[in-house]
Amino acid sequence: MDSINVHSLLFLLFAAVACAFAVAVVVTSNVVRMAFYLVVSLGATAGLYFLAGADFVGAMQLMIYVGGTLVLLVFGVMLTAQGPFISMRTRAGEWIIAAVVGSSLLGLLLSTAFRVDAWKPPAEAREQTASVTSSRLGGGLLGYRVDRMEQAAAEQADPTLAKNSQGMSGYLMPFEVISVHLLVVLIAAAYLARPKKRVGPREA
Amino acid sequence: MNLLTEPIGISHYLAVGAVMFVAGAVCMATKRNALGILMGIELVLNGANVNFVAFSSEYLRSGPRASLGLDGQLIALFVIVLAAAEAAVALAIALNFYNNHATIDVDRADDLKG
Amino acid sequence: MADFFHYDLGLWPGVAKALAAVIQCALLLNVVAVGALVFIWLERKVSGRIQDRLGPTRVGGKFGWLQTLADGVKLITKEDLVPKEADGFLFKAAPYISFCSSFAAYMALPFSSGWVGLPINTAVFFIVAVVGLEVFGVILAGYASGSKWSLFGGMREAAQVVSYEVPLGLCVVVPVVIAGTMDLVAIGDMQAGLFTNWFVLHDPFTFITFFVYLTCATASVNRAPFDLAEAESELVAGFHTEYSGLRWSIFFMAEYGSMFAVSALAAILFLGGWNGPIPLTSLLGLTDVGEPAAIGAFLSWLCGEEWGPRVAGYLGRLLGMTNLIFKACLGVTAMMWVRWTLPRLRIDQVITTCLKYCTPIAAVMFVGACLWKVGGIPFANDFVPHQDRLEVRESYHRTWGKPREDKPKAPPITNATTESTVATAATR
Repeated sequence: MDSINVHSLLFLLFAAVACAFAVAVVVTSNVVRMAFYLVVSLGATAGLYFLAGADFVGAMQLMIYVGGTLVLLVFGVMLTAQGPFISMRTRAGEWIIAAVVGSSLLGLLLSTAFRVDAWKPPAEAREQTASVTSSRLGGGLLGYRVDRMEQAAAEQADPTLAKNSQGMSGYLMPFEVISVHLLVVLIAAAYLARPKKRVGPREA
Repeated sequence: MNLLTEPIGISHYLAVGAVMFVAGAVCMATKRNALGILMGIELVLNGANVNFVAFSSEYLRSGPRASLGLDGQLIALFVIVLAAAEAAVALAIALNFYNNHATIDVDRADDLKG
Repeated sequence: MADFFHYDLGLWPGVAKALAAVIQCALLLNVVAVGALVFIWLERKVSGRIQDRLGPTRVGGKFGWLQTLADGVKLITKEDLVPKEADGFLFKAAPYISFCSSFAAYMALPFSSGWVGLPINTAVFFIVAVVGLEVFGVILAGYASGSKWSLFGGMREAAQVVSYEVPLGLCVVVPVVIAGTMDLVAIGDMQAGLFTNWFVLHDPFTFITFFVYLTCATASVNRAPFDLAEAESELVAGFHTEYSGLRWSIFFMAEYGSMFAVSALAAILFLGGWNGPIPLTSLLGLTDVGEPAAIGAFLSWLCGEEWGPRVAGYLGRLLGMTNLIFKACLGVTAMMWVRWTLPRLRIDQVITTCLKYCTPIAAVMFVGACLWKVGGIPFANDFVPHQDRLEVRESYHRTWGKPREDKPKAPPITNATTESTVATAATR
């Protein structure tokens, strides 16, 4: 018997947790428990990112997604969680339709996922060497692509290749756009959630 | 015990992503609670993110074929940031809805129905 | 450590990894548990002294050493209550979520150069993120208790932690910018040498950032004066009103655990980590890099060429760990001092402190530190000899995560090249 692949074992663990709690989010009708299951599911997904060698994305997932967005969500849940709204049940007919549509979609996606040869698992596990992802990502944002150095060099040597240049495509522009977008969202959310103006004598 | 001894490929990640995506889609379709729908959206975005990270990873490929590389991780980052923005606005809308209608059931948002 | 079992004792890689994982988990769990015991005792003593009393004096001898243990025994024997209105499953799960997230921070926390459970390249972010997750336990406890006091506590906690994550993140980024890496081991190693190399003395901006970080860290682990989630004068006991016995004490272990974690993070990011104010370990030769000197030479003579430098390095790191733990304990003591000195803030004051003071100050400090680094203006640490930071970082990146594949399994004794010592330094 081959020895157990530690990487695979951890993957299966995290994947099982992520999938099981994702399904639990759908199945449960109590909104606070839904939020809790979602937290666990997304936390396990962060584990999957670490396993895939994407340290920075994993840490970001934990910090922004789980630590920021979901806390916000739970906050919203608690603000609106009052007696009748905590558990709102879905009708049985809707469940049946949702189950049929969902399982057919799942079947389609899964059969696609396992059919393409290029996506098959490698014949033997590659040694998982931790890479320094954060500085590479930072460079990528500024247009300095560590992972595309050969391509860029080839384009520099041969100008005909550079026509549809793919080598040093950076992400500075999207980064700026998303920063401004975040600012707009911040102001918009504050505007939407502001208290209604009360008509009446102003307090001194 | 084949799964335990065999290395993990992109397909496995895609399967996880597919489960999360479908769970999110079903969640969006069946929940009546506005915040439940929001959670469905988060699940869908995460399912997509799992795929991006899987395609960008160097460990899951068999050959020297170029992976998505940093592109995948950067897009995953953007998705995370956008999800945060989306959640903030959606939450503000949900709270406004709750203030105006005294309920969080989206089926009751039928003011524009003739 | 897995490498040690694998290469030096000749175990199978799977077994070596599993063994190393078990040992490291046990060690870290001990740090958290014993740390909590000591800190609770310390808290009682500190609060006693500040309020002009003695604190515990009887249990376990003169200073009441065993007071916490006695408390623990009392808590274990208490009845484990679950209120009728509570959401049973979440109520029971909440303390464990809190504790797990606080404990997970130790996974990436280096205790000395290279002594870290899981070397993550983005350790700084990881720790901040994971400590921030502790809030879920508190929120769920607040909700699941089915009590209004608890719910209020949970809500306050949620609002507070989400807001304080912003200035905390900004403060943490300042040393990261100076170091140019998010790896805590590299950041710590960069501050070797005299105390002027510590990042807190890098420039005036980092000096101020350090204090902003302390404020935000106190708030994010919700200690007084920011402990609104458990404000006993208004909310009975806040989120843990309905908890009793062991579950309640797990909340406390989590709180003290994350206090220690953020203090240790402060020590590594700003106060030189495991490096003392004077480079004692390298003066004594307790290092495994370079020519053995002083005690290191003696050890080389005693244990042979292969093991001498390694033993010396081990001793040096042990000293470093003592150093780090001492600094982190100082941070924890400072938090206690603040707790028993300042009155609790109101919730609007807490949010004002965060949004109107901490965040703008942190942002200005961040920009200032960036400009200072770009401008290359000398400050305290440029007038004494120190290692080039870039060099430390690059050498670290080169050796980082490279498996020791090229070396034979169970290396022969003669293989005492510098390469092996560097590899030992890079792994653990």
